[in-house]
Amino acid sequence: MANWSISKLVARSAVGTPATRRYPFTRREPFAATRGHVRFAEDTCVFCNLCAKVCPTDAIVVNRKEKRWMIDRRKCILCGACTESCRKACLFLENAPAPPMTAAEWERIRIETE
Amino acid sequence: MSAPTQTKPRTIVPFGPQHPVLPEPIHLDLVLEDEKVVDAIPTIGFVHRGLEKLCEKHDFHKMTQVAERVCGICSFMHGMGYCQAIETVMGIEVPARALFLRTFWAELSRVHSHLLWLGLIADAFGFESLFMHSWRVREKILDIIEETSGGRVIFGSCKIGGIRRDVADDILRRIRRELDPIETEFRDIASVFDQDPTAKRRLRGLGALSREDAHALGAVGPTARGSGIDFDARKLGYAAYPQLEFEPVVETAGDCQARCSVRIREIHQSFDLLRQAIDKMPAGAIEVPVKGNPNGEYMSRLEQPRGEVGYYVKGDGKKNLGRFRVRTPTFANIPALIHMLKGCEFADVPVIVLTIDPCISCAER
Amino acid sequence: MTTVQSIEPVGPSEMPARAAAMRASGWRLMQICATAVGPDFEILYSFAKGRDLQNFRATVPREGARLPSITGPYLCAFLYENEIHDLFGVAFDGLAIDFGGSLLKTRVKNPFAANATPA
Repeated sequence: MANWSISKLVARSAVGTPATRRYPFTRREPFAATRGHVRFAEDTCVFCNLCAKVCPTDAIVVNRKEKRWMIDRRKCILCGACTESCRKACLFLENAPAPPMTAAEWERIRIETE
Repeated sequence: MSAPTQTKPRTIVPFGPQHPVLPEPIHLDLVLEDEKVVDAIPTIGFVHRGLEKLCEKHDFHKMTQVAERVCGICSFMHGMGYCQAIETVMGIEVPARALFLRTFWAELSRVHSHLLWLGLIADAFGFESLFMHSWRVREKILDIIEETSGGRVIFGSCKIGGIRRDVADDILRRIRRELDPIETEFRDIASVFDQDPTAKRRLRGLGALSREDAHALGAVGPTARGSGIDFDARKLGYAAYPQLEFEPVVETAGDCQARCSVRIREIHQSFDLLRQAIDKMPAGAIEVPVKGNPNGEYMSRLEQPRGEVGYYVKGDGKKNLGRFRVRTPTFANIPALIHMLKGCEFADVPVIVLTIDPCISCAER
Repeated sequence: MTTVQSIEPVGPSEMPARAAAMRASGWRLMQICATAVGPDFEILYSFAKGRDLQNFRATVPREGARLPSITGPYLCAFLYENEIHDLFGVAFDGLAIDFGGSLLKTRVKNPFAANATPA
């Protein structure tokens, strides 16, 4: 009957499992391809500065004198341009989301090559 | 323009920019005589970000990211349209697999956008549980999108010369099997929109737009196709659409029910196109190298969920474009909306505003 | 300069007559766009019919830019022309629905008129 066309959906919702997840007790596993955060492996960097040049939001700054690679996670849009441009395979786009930031600051990583 | 002689006193009621039914802010000054809307004056500009001017700051590669962020609902096709425009100007031939994957994501984008709209229109006429059920199906589509592209809202998949990341064939085959139960679940929701008496009462005969008016006012997308104009920009032959079989979905009644029906049938059509695209997916490269700068101008047209969108790019041989202009479908549908509002009841205004699928962040960029 | 689609240059005052002719032959207005190039503004009008796209371009100098409006044959052009007026500062004569500069309220007046980098 037309009046009861919603009853199939209602019945399925009433007897089936809920569509929601009981977060934070159960967390959602990200997919393998999910863009979560950019990870920098500091042992192979050669200071070419390509990652900083291709970044659309200028979230990466490479400081050759102080041997530091910095990222501002608030600006990073997880586009993956830096990961594609790095010729020494120092940058990876991981699938886990970055942990929440407790202070508005740059993440500084000391580069340990040479 | 002279005003007609007034017989009843008129009230002006502001609608928006904050309204529970609006996904994005638009302001309408509704001129009422009793409970009937006589005229409507639109005001936009609440989310104007001036994104087009960013082409002077970012080079044409980085503008892909900006183009994608014009809107959150139709984001993929903005990026795709921009890349297509630049590729045509530079004479780049995108490999076949990239074209098919772009089509795959474009149709997924259309399904999720129409499901979002179905939820919103159900909410607009008060059927909140149907809204929740539509979005529950949409979650499954968003999971497919995240699994293949990496993001739920911003896909980040298009780049000039192809796509950024490939999707493995076994994942595509599994997704093809998963589409059938999703479509069956969607069919149950669609039957409520078609048969339920409350839905019919609130949608039928409302917001009538004749075929001539739709054409004269420049309406595009389901707003125009619900009034009998059979123009679908996918027939222009971009991406992988020349190899897929489909016909534009057209209804003739011209009211809100017809536009709802067009979108429901388009979801079914998109499921069919997704299956066709996965079946015909060729193997091969996903990108070609891009050298040089764009020198020329082109207007690329695509079919977004809301209608025909136009990307105009103009390059002078430098790294930065001279002009980047997006003409979004909602911008073209606003005059049609104003026309539809005249003569309707005050309580029907939210449903009529939603029936053009307003994406104001697209309209204002 | 590769131009893949046809763009026909017209004089600014010819546009209303051209638009009326397009309307009579069943073309719909697709968009109106303004570009700042050198000392001029180039206004691009696009009309679509079926799968075809036809473009016209009118060039006006930046100082005191004025154009006749095409809201006579195409009422829906009012949105595009108001937007160009607010962003570029081009005045349109005979606009059927004139917002008077308040369609897009920006902190900087006519924000698109000046180029950030020299043309």
